[in-house]
Amino acid sequence: MPLARRIIPCLDVDAGRVVKGVEFAGLRDMGDPAELGARYNREGADELVVLDISASFQGRATFLDTIRRVAEQLNIPLTAGGGIRTMEEGRAVLLAGADKVTVNTAAVQRPELISELSQQFGAQAVVLSLDVKRTNGSWEAYVRGGRQATGRDAADWAAEAVERGAGEILLTSIDRDGTRSGFDCEATAKIAATVPVPVIASGGASTFEDFLAVFTNGCADAALAASIFHLETHSIAALKTFLAERGVPVRQSR
Amino acid sequence: MKIAIVDYGAGNLPSVERALRGLGAETERATEPAQVSQARAIVLPGVGHFGAFVAGLRERNLTEPLRAAHQSGTPILGICLGLQAMFASSEEASNESGLRFFPEKVTALPTNVKSPHIGWNQLRRVRDGRLLRGVPQDAYFYFAHSFAAPGSAPPTVAACDHGVSFAAVIERENLFGVQFHPEKSGETGALVLRNFLELL
Repeated sequence: MPLARRIIPCLDVDAGRVVKGVEFAGLRDMGDPAELGARYNREGADELVVLDISASFQGRATFLDTIRRVAEQLNIPLTAGGGIRTMEEGRAVLLAGADKVTVNTAAVQRPELISELSQQFGAQAVVLSLDVKRTNGSWEAYVRGGRQATGRDAADWAAEAVERGAGEILLTSIDRDGTRSGFDCEATAKIAATVPVPVIASGGASTFEDFLAVFTNGCADAALAASIFHLETHSIAALKTFLAERGVPVRQSR
Repeated sequence: MKIAIVDYGAGNLPSVERALRGLGAETERATEPAQVSQARAIVLPGVGHFGAFVAGLRERNLTEPLRAAHQSGTPILGICLGLQAMFASSEEASNESGLRFFPEKVTALPTNVKSPHIGWNQLRRVRDGRLLRGVPQDAYFYFAHSFAAPGSAPPTVAACDHGVSFAAVIERENLFGVQFHPEKSGETGALVLRNFLELL
């Protein structure tokens, strides 16, 4: 009985609307988060991720409202984050209806944030969002929406975050994000081999073969994508059938 | 009389509440002993830490009313940490004692597999049970936990394997528990909750 590999649509939200970014820059309106969430719930998504890409102080109340509206539509797990700086902000995200909270920039600046959230809510509720860029054969962790290098090796940082209580890693390849050139399987395999927690691969999904590759060569436990699902380029059910036929364990709706 | 959803001060109550109400149940969040004592059925939801859970119950004087409800036959459904709390103790908080409905100890998942066990997994039926009536053998349920009760525990009706066999569904008399999150497990999860409601 192997765990099913998860297919996770991601809603990047700004001011209460789902937007589509290209390589962390340039936005386009993709619809209402609650409507999209309901659609993915119905279509067999295994989980939903909602990220506040504005991550502004003013936008926080709107984002919490978005989480509440999306959570009401779901009977699958919901992960939410973007700009979470404190324990209290994390708590607010979970109380609004998310099952897990992602942390990124603030956790690099103050890694204790991970420990605090994990002790309070459990490791299963804390996801390290790790944005990486390839530099000379290894991967460096970036923060501030992929704009700022940290100088930290991504695998080292992932290992520390897990040690501190992160229960999952959401690994985004900045090189691949928005390019539709496939997941970074090498980066995913590297992180998956480093940490004892599930790894969600993100960035670059375009074809069904990309998902197959990241679940096999990339050793990913889950794969996340946004625009290819929003634009209805691919249906989740067809993707799962494709994967099941090639021996990847997936949960198929009946 | 309502279904009391025990509010121990943390945990994701709204999704359990929404799922039960969506199935037509009348629920209330129980923070007072009388709410537990008078309930028609009790749901112990739970995410987080075993120690915080049992301490939260104790601080709200809910431990004894829960034991009394067990004795008097009130149906009790433990979800995730709520299932674990029905056992005697847990490695997660070795200085704390559980509700002791069952004498076994909850232990950490082995280190040779990914932990937390997060994601959708299937069940292995051990014997017939009421919660899984009508649920297909190969159905998937959503799990998110690092600790578990042993699959060899007598109340186990379905086990799950993740490095070790653990109790995924337990039933004995008026006690019910699921290690997965039925409120997060799509339509099959809703069926498990409906089966619980139909016992009332």
